[in-house]
Amino acid sequence: MSEKMIKDEGLCVKENIVYAPPQDAMYDVSTHYCPGCGHGVAHRILAEVIEEMGITNDIIGVAPVGCSVLAYNYLNIDMTEAAHGRATAVATGIKRVLPDKYVFTYQGDGDLAAIGTGETIHTVNRGENILIIFINNGIYGMTGGQMAPTTLPGMKSTTSPFGRDVAHVGNPLKMTDLVAQLPSAYYVTRQSVHKPANVRKTKKAIQKALEYQKEGKGTCFIEIVSNCPSNWKMTPIESNKFVEESMIPFYPLGDLKTPNGKEG
Amino acid sequence: MKELKLMKGNEALAEAAIRMGCDAYFGYPITPQSEVLEYLSREATKRTGMVVLQAESEVASINMVYGAAGTGKKVFTSSSSPGISLMQEGISYIACAELPCLLVNVNRGGPGLGTIQPGQGDYFQSVKGGGHGDYKLIVLAPSTVQEMSDFVQEGFDLAFKYRNPVLILADGALGQMMEKVELSPQKERTFEDLGWTTIGRRKGEDSKIVTSLNLKSEEMEKINIHLQKKYKEIEKNEVKYELIGCEDADYIFVAFGLVARLCTKAAELAREKGMKVGVIRPITLFPFPTDIIREYASKIKGFMDVEMNAGQMIEDVRLSVEGRAPVEFYGRMGGIVPTPEEILVALEEKLIGGAK
Repeated sequence: MSEKMIKDEGLCVKENIVYAPPQDAMYDVSTHYCPGCGHGVAHRILAEVIEEMGITNDIIGVAPVGCSVLAYNYLNIDMTEAAHGRATAVATGIKRVLPDKYVFTYQGDGDLAAIGTGETIHTVNRGENILIIFINNGIYGMTGGQMAPTTLPGMKSTTSPFGRDVAHVGNPLKMTDLVAQLPSAYYVTRQSVHKPANVRKTKKAIQKALEYQKEGKGTCFIEIVSNCPSNWKMTPIESNKFVEESMIPFYPLGDLKTPNGKEG
Repeated sequence: MKELKLMKGNEALAEAAIRMGCDAYFGYPITPQSEVLEYLSREATKRTGMVVLQAESEVASINMVYGAAGTGKKVFTSSSSPGISLMQEGISYIACAELPCLLVNVNRGGPGLGTIQPGQGDYFQSVKGGGHGDYKLIVLAPSTVQEMSDFVQEGFDLAFKYRNPVLILADGALGQMMEKVELSPQKERTFEDLGWTTIGRRKGEDSKIVTSLNLKSEEMEKINIHLQKKYKEIEKNEVKYELIGCEDADYIFVAFGLVARLCTKAAELAREKGMKVGVIRPITLFPFPTDIIREYASKIKGFMDVEMNAGQMIEDVRLSVEGRAPVEFYGRMGGIVPTPEEILVALEEKLIGGAK
């Protein structure tokens, strides 16, 4: 549906707006993300939380190599691009010299769970007082659909053209389960953005995590199970169905570690 | 009153960082520079509140430096050859994003794991870029423990003046040996909002971004042109060298760091034998003291380049000389420090003998 059609059909009138987009923490621009991609939703709820908490001027984001490396074109907050895999080390550097600011990373699966595995584990293990947002769509999006550490068994990609053979390349790495084992991880949860109810839950998790950061509680880690319609070669709707029927059974949603020890 | 102390080069460097009001250090142990991390871990935080963090790798260290440097804080890291190799990707990002910071390489013998003894085999890596893409570090080469200390402040000054990473290229001997050093007084740690830094959005302004990415070729070329212009400016303004007994010299040693001191002794031995020999010691390796070498090229009978490697700086010496005079080379590798006596023999056999 084109922008013109939306306007012509009167869908974008003020009366229909349930919740206005963030006015301050996001630029009013189109993103480069593919239609139906979860990044747009994730960016938006992150910006909503930042704006609602009134911390737009007190937060610094780190976006490493991956589709979301250009997040700084959409989020109107101070941001640092990072080398592939190094986001949490960069965030550590920022947070250590500016402990009173909020700091978060926004990383994909290739970044966080392959090339950046070492940085991820050690950052959480040090209990850096930051928020790590981990977008898991089981594929390398930016480079055009190669196999990720989180690609499901049997799932096809350009580098696993016959489906992921776990005997050949190993099983998908459940980084969120791994980091939840570390004593310094304060809050670890796995959420999604494929349905409105899940979007709301994810937003709540982000808010919780930033509040914990304010209290100096340590590392908060939010995995967002997401989609990649283009590289999965699906329509947006099909891709959300795949999230529901294939991704989530493998990466079950819920809290893996909460401050009171309860697992959800 | 002067504060004099007998210190190891690595410790003098660490002490200087504390005293000049450095904000943060991120590092990883590697011989022969681990004393920097050890000394700072022991002294820095309790004295000035400076952040000292042992990272899980040199890759992490340099990226912590990248993050912290983007806020405008004074941050540095140190390592030795293999560790510096691991940092190269991050250094390239820092150079492109134009972040001021200090790097220290206490060079050991390579290649590979090599040896923990001193070396100068990282000259190419230090002055020709090192990582990917077209960029330059400002490279300072100390030759004494005093300079290990002094170049910290000087390095930070240059880093902030040009928004460019500065590398102190020392070697294992300078890091480990003890000499008398005059310490600077303790300065307050200060912080200035540099305007471009990512410290949280300024009131009424849009966001600031630290990045080395630009997917539009025309824009990326503009960034490159800007960097090259900056390097030209650095070449124009910041060349530093020392001339030792060059006025009446027939022959001149060109050597940096510790080797320059050995060459100074070799020149003395040569003069005792009636040969007029001087030393040009490049203090900045980038920018390289091309002009002064070229000036002497038309006055003298030849240059003897001496290094603890297979011959790296000699390429820059030859580019400076442009064929105006012979340039010979003597080097030791694998962590061996040449003696003044063997340097003199090399001078006599390779250059003076050869020039007859």
